[in-house]
Amino acid sequence: MSDEDRNRKKKEITFDDGKDNVRLAKNKNSYTIPVGPINVALHEPFRVYFEEDGEEIIDVDVKPGYCHVGMEKIATKRNPIQFLPISQRVCGICSHIHAYTFARAVESALDIDTPPRAQYIRAIIAELERIHSHLLWAGSAAHEIGFESLFYYIWKERENVVDILEYVTGNRVNYEINMIGGVRRDLTKDRIEKIRESLSYYADIKKEIELTIMEDKTVKMRTRNAGVLEKDEAARLGAVGPTARGSNLRKDIRHDQPYSAYSDFDYDMVMPNDIFGETHGDVYDRMAVRIKEIETSIELAKKFLDNLPKGDILAEEKMPSILNQIKSGEGEGIARTEAPRGEVIYYFETEEGDENTSTLKIKTPTYSNLMSLPPMFLGDQIADIPIVAASIDPCMTCMDRVVVVEGDQEKTYSKEELVDISKKETRRIKNG
Amino acid sequence: MDDLLLRFIVGAPILTLLYIGLGLLYKGVDRKVHAQMQWRVGPPILQPFYDVRKLLTKQNLVPENSIKLIFHIAPILAFASPLLALLYIPFGNMEPLFEGYGDMIIVIYLLSAPPLALSIGGFSSGSPYATIGSQREVVAMIAYELPLAVTIATVAWLMGENVTGFSLATIAANPVWGLVGPIGIVGLILLLVVFLIVVPAEAAKVPFDIAEAETELAEGCLAEYSGRNLALFYMGDAVKTIALSALVVVIFFPYNLSPLLGVSGILAFTADAIFFILKILAFMLISITFVRTAFARIKVDQFSRLFMGIISTMSVIGLVLVWIGGI
Repeated sequence: MSDEDRNRKKKEITFDDGKDNVRLAKNKNSYTIPVGPINVALHEPFRVYFEEDGEEIIDVDVKPGYCHVGMEKIATKRNPIQFLPISQRVCGICSHIHAYTFARAVESALDIDTPPRAQYIRAIIAELERIHSHLLWAGSAAHEIGFESLFYYIWKERENVVDILEYVTGNRVNYEINMIGGVRRDLTKDRIEKIRESLSYYADIKKEIELTIMEDKTVKMRTRNAGVLEKDEAARLGAVGPTARGSNLRKDIRHDQPYSAYSDFDYDMVMPNDIFGETHGDVYDRMAVRIKEIETSIELAKKFLDNLPKGDILAEEKMPSILNQIKSGEGEGIARTEAPRGEVIYYFETEEGDENTSTLKIKTPTYSNLMSLPPMFLGDQIADIPIVAASIDPCMTCMDRVVVVEGDQEKTYSKEELVDISKKETRRIKNG
Repeated sequence: MDDLLLRFIVGAPILTLLYIGLGLLYKGVDRKVHAQMQWRVGPPILQPFYDVRKLLTKQNLVPENSIKLIFHIAPILAFASPLLALLYIPFGNMEPLFEGYGDMIIVIYLLSAPPLALSIGGFSSGSPYATIGSQREVVAMIAYELPLAVTIATVAWLMGENVTGFSLATIAANPVWGLVGPIGIVGLILLLVVFLIVVPAEAAKVPFDIAEAETELAEGCLAEYSGRNLALFYMGDAVKTIALSALVVVIFFPYNLSPLLGVSGILAFTADAIFFILKILAFMLISITFVRTAFARIKVDQFSRLFMGIISTMSVIGLVLVWIGGI
C-alpha cells in the first residue's frame, strides 16, 4: 500500500470532533472535566468526560479502551488446555467464572459429557466466588463514598470466604480448579465441612452486614436517587446482572437458562421489588440486590452441597486423550454463565486437525453494562461520579476488546463505524 | 517594654514550635486511633513528622497556568494564621501571649483564613479539580460560619457589660456554665453540640471533607500542590485542628487542675499545661477522630442543608435559651 492510499484510508475512518474525539453537549456556563484514565475513583483505566454546569452533569462521554490485553488472540495461539489457566486471568476478581464458561464452551463444542459431580463442584465454587465478589464490591463502594471504616469492616469479613476458597482449591485468587471435562480437585469430606462452616459463618453475620450497609444513614443519603437507571432504559441498553436487576429487569442466566447444577433447582432471583416493594433503579437498589444475593448464594451453595452426586470428577483423566479429542474434533460451542457482575458469554470454535482454538469470542458483563453509565450520570452531581461509576461494578480488563492501532493513533470504534467499515470492505472485495 | 520584648521574641517562637509539634503529634494520634478502630495497625504515631520531613525535601512543582504569586502565598497564609490564632488562646493557666480588645473576633477571622487560603490556592492553581474543590470550600464556609459566629457572640454576650467581653482571657477566667441558670445550661449544651459539628467541618474532615474529597476530586484544592507548599498546608491543617479544639476547650471547659491539687508556681503551670493538652486531645478525638470513623462523606447540597438548616437553627435556639436563662 502506498503512502497515498494509507493516508486516504486514514481519512475515511478518522473522525475528529475536537480534542480526544470527545462529543459533548455544551452550554455557555458549562465546563469539561476529564476523569481518568488514571484517577483515584477508578480502579481500572477508562476515561469519562463530564460536561458540568456547576455541580450538575449535563453530558457524558465514556471512552474505554485503555487496557486491551488481546485474550482472544492469545487463545488462537494455544490449545484449550493451555488457554484454560489464561482464561482465568481475563478477570481478576471472578476468575473461576471465566474458566468455567470457557470449559463449558469447549465441552459443548466437542460433546464432552461432564460428570454431574464436577458440575456441582463448579457451581459451588461459583457461588462462593459470588459471595467474595459482592463483598469486595460493597467494600470498594464504601470507599468511594468516603466511608473507610465500612470498607475495612467488609473486607475483613470477606477474608473468610477467600480463605475457604484457598483451602478448597489451593489458590486464593486464580483457583485453577477447572479442567476440560471436569474439575481438578474433588470435594473431600473435610473440604465440604470447611465450606459448610464458612457458609454458616456468613449466614450468621449476614444480618449484621445488611444492617451496617443498608441501614446506615450516610450510606443511604449518598446512594438513594443517585445514578437512576429506568427499567426500559436498562432493557434498551442491554444491561445485565445486578445492574439490570436493580432496575427491576428480570435477567439472570441462572434462572432464565439454567446450566449445570443450577438446572436441578428452582432459583428465584433477587429483585428490589421483593426487598422494598418498589424500585427506584438507583445505586441503593443495585447495592441491595448485591447484598441480598449473598444470601441466595449461601442457600444455593448449601443446596448443592446437600445434593452433591457421587462419581467421577473428570470425563477423561488422561490429558493426551483430551488433546486428541480436541485435535480430531470439530465444532463450535457457546456457553452463558451468570458471573457476579452479570452474563458472561464464551463462543468457541475448533477445526479438525488443529488442536489450537480457531475462534474465541468473549463477552463480559461490563461490556453490556458500560453503556448504561451515561443515563445514570445525567443530572447527578460530581460527588456522585465515583459511586455511580462503581455501581455497575466495572471490570475494564475483562471488557476492552476492539482497539485498532494505526501508526501512533489509537481509537475505539463504535457500532455504526464498524458497520460502515465492513460495508466498505465488502464492496472493495466484491469489486476486486 | 521588657515584657513586650519577652513575649514577642521569646514567647512567640517557643509557643509556635510547641504548637506545631503538638499538632503533628496529635495528627499521628488521630491516625493511629482511627486505624485501630478499623482493625488496622496504622502508621507510627510520629508518621506526620516523617511526612513533613519528606515533603520538605521534595521538589516544589508549580503548574504552568497557575497564578504563581497567589499559589505560593496561599500555603503560608494557611499555615501562619492558625498559629497566630493560637497565640491569642490562653495556654493552661498562663495569660495568652497577645491580648486586648476583641480577641475572639480576631481568632475567628484567623481561623477563617486557612479555608480561604485553601480556596484561593485552589483557584490559582488552574486545575479543574482544584477549582471545583475551591468552589465547594467557599460553599462550605458560607454554611458553617453562621452557627460559629452565633455561638461566639452568645458567649461574648454572657460576659456581661464588660468591655473585654470578647477577650479569651476573660472567658477562661469566668467559666460560662456558672453564669447561667438551668435553661441557660441547656442552651449552652446546644451550642457545644453545634461546636462539635462545626469543628470537623471547619477542619475539613470526613464526613465534611467535601472540598478535598479524595475519591471525587483527588484532594480538590490541594491537587496541584507538592513539596514545601504541601508541607505547609499539611502543618497548617494540623495546627488548625489544635486551634479549633483549644478554642472550644477555652470557651466551654476552662477549668484548671492546679486549684484542685493545691499547688502553685512552676508545678501548677506544668499541671495545667498538661491538663490543657489532654483536654485538647480528648475534644479532638471526640469531635474529629470518632466522627470521621463513623460516617460516610456527604454531598455539597446535603452539607449546605445540614448547616444552614438544622445546625444554624440549633445555634439560634441555643442563643435564645441562654438569653432566657441568663436573665
